[in-house]
Amino acid sequence: MNNISFLPAGDAALTVEFSREISEETNSKIRFLCSAPELTRLKGIITCVPTFRSLTVYYDPMQISGKRLIKKINKIMDGYSPSQDSEKRVFHIPVCYDEEFAPDMSDVCSHTGLDRQAVISLHSGTEYLIYMLGFLPGFPYLGGMDKRLETPRLKTPRTVIPAGAVGIGGAQTGIYPLASPGGWRLIGRTPIKPYDPKRKDAILYRAGDYIKFEPIGSKEFYEISSLAECGNYKITVTEGKK
Amino acid sequence: MKLEIISPGLLSTIQDLGRFGYMDSGFSPSGAMDAFSARLANILVGNSQGEGVIEMTAVGITARFCCSSVIAVTGADMSPEINGKKIEMYKSVPVSAGDVISMKNASNGMRAYLAVACGFDIEPVMGSLSTNLKCAVGGFRGRKLKAGDLIPLRRCCEISYIGERHFKPRNVFSNTVTVRAVPGPQDDYFSVSELEKFFSSEYKASAESDRMGIRLDGESVCSIDGVDIISDGIVTGSVQIPPSGKPIVMMTDRQTTGGYAKIATVITADLKYLAQLRAGDTVRFEKISQAQAEKINKSEQKFFKRLERGFLFAD
Repeated sequence: MNNISFLPAGDAALTVEFSREISEETNSKIRFLCSAPELTRLKGIITCVPTFRSLTVYYDPMQISGKRLIKKINKIMDGYSPSQDSEKRVFHIPVCYDEEFAPDMSDVCSHTGLDRQAVISLHSGTEYLIYMLGFLPGFPYLGGMDKRLETPRLKTPRTVIPAGAVGIGGAQTGIYPLASPGGWRLIGRTPIKPYDPKRKDAILYRAGDYIKFEPIGSKEFYEISSLAECGNYKITVTEGKK
Repeated sequence: MKLEIISPGLLSTIQDLGRFGYMDSGFSPSGAMDAFSARLANILVGNSQGEGVIEMTAVGITARFCCSSVIAVTGADMSPEINGKKIEMYKSVPVSAGDVISMKNASNGMRAYLAVACGFDIEPVMGSLSTNLKCAVGGFRGRKLKAGDLIPLRRCCEISYIGERHFKPRNVFSNTVTVRAVPGPQDDYFSVSELEKFFSSEYKASAESDRMGIRLDGESVCSIDGVDIISDGIVTGSVQIPPSGKPIVMMTDRQTTGGYAKIATVITADLKYLAQLRAGDTVRFEKISQAQAEKINKSEQKFFKRLERGFLFAD
């Protein structure tokens, strides 16, 4: 038994729910299913949207019925074992934590009792798993932030947060890929563009990838920024075992 | 070969059937709210169903053609005219260089669609011509149309290439609509009696409805133990129940994921009724099974295929 719930989402989609909790194991199952060629190459599958604990599969009922899709997915998941999911891709995202990009750094310091240097080294010392993308194009929901960095969201959200802003919201951390309102505490900014509609891969990373923040100075920020503006900055990606 | 916008109406954007390849990155699909009317307009001018069209909201555009072409207007009735003379909707209509098409306020429905033979000569962004206003991409420069815009057309066209086509669907614009919906994905967050209430109540479309969602006023739906869920996938047609208990039907500019329980999903074929609601119109939800919903989806696809092959054209 796979313990999977199949939740109907209308006439052309199905939400495959693996758990009601967030965990790396659930995420690994979602990734397994999402990238299984037996699913992605199945006739009638339009697209799949992974989230914290489920995968929404969009299908064309003209080509496959929900009933048959459920059978297929159960069969695919019978072949799942955690050891298959051992490779990981890490995106090294340069972040400038200088004052001009970190309007809430002092709040985070006073709330956590850590000094600025400690905040930076804790925040940039972890490889964060991207559980899902949502809210905005390329907005990553990251797992694994050090508990010592937890800081509540702003009481009144900002009406505009600039693209590239890096923030902490409660137990989560993330990047705003484009300008947007938002309530997270901003502690830095990346000069690269996680989302660029002109680029071949408009969104840099996918759910299941990892992000590591690499501290840079403000001089480097502006250098990378002008390279990124004309699409000439190549971000470092490392691949390895988990 | 251009269409010159003289007056842009209230909110006119170029839309196709949506940008579906990037939802896993958090990208809303966008696309025509009333995809039925958009597809129909395209078929009437000989285009493929998914070609880009102009979606007009509440108030139509006025625009000048700089070459001969064939057009069709579908959806809400905005009293379209060419050079001041009324034209029929749901029909292929020839236009000549210099002709001006003008439209007024919608007298019924909310959204009208203008298709031009051979389509607009615009580079798709991420595989689609749909305008995504939030991200400012797609369509014409990623924004709504403005006076003075020159929208390039792919080529000139004569009516003799296409033939006269018209198809009048049965009137979809009623002040009271019933839309069919499949319970779930989170129907188990609601008691049997609350589900019953949802499927038997009358709701009124709120003035705050937009391309993201149709907001409804009426009986609040109460959950058993809160409506917050760990964010999962939203589809077009998902009926979200926020803490207020007032349902919101998520439409094409919706987010891809969300943290509120979704009591039911309106089927694709009935989204057109929601897209045409005006503030104060009445909506009811009728419960159907997933298997029934799939059957309706298939029959609508077959209908469009038959229409494309020309079996259903009158004249």
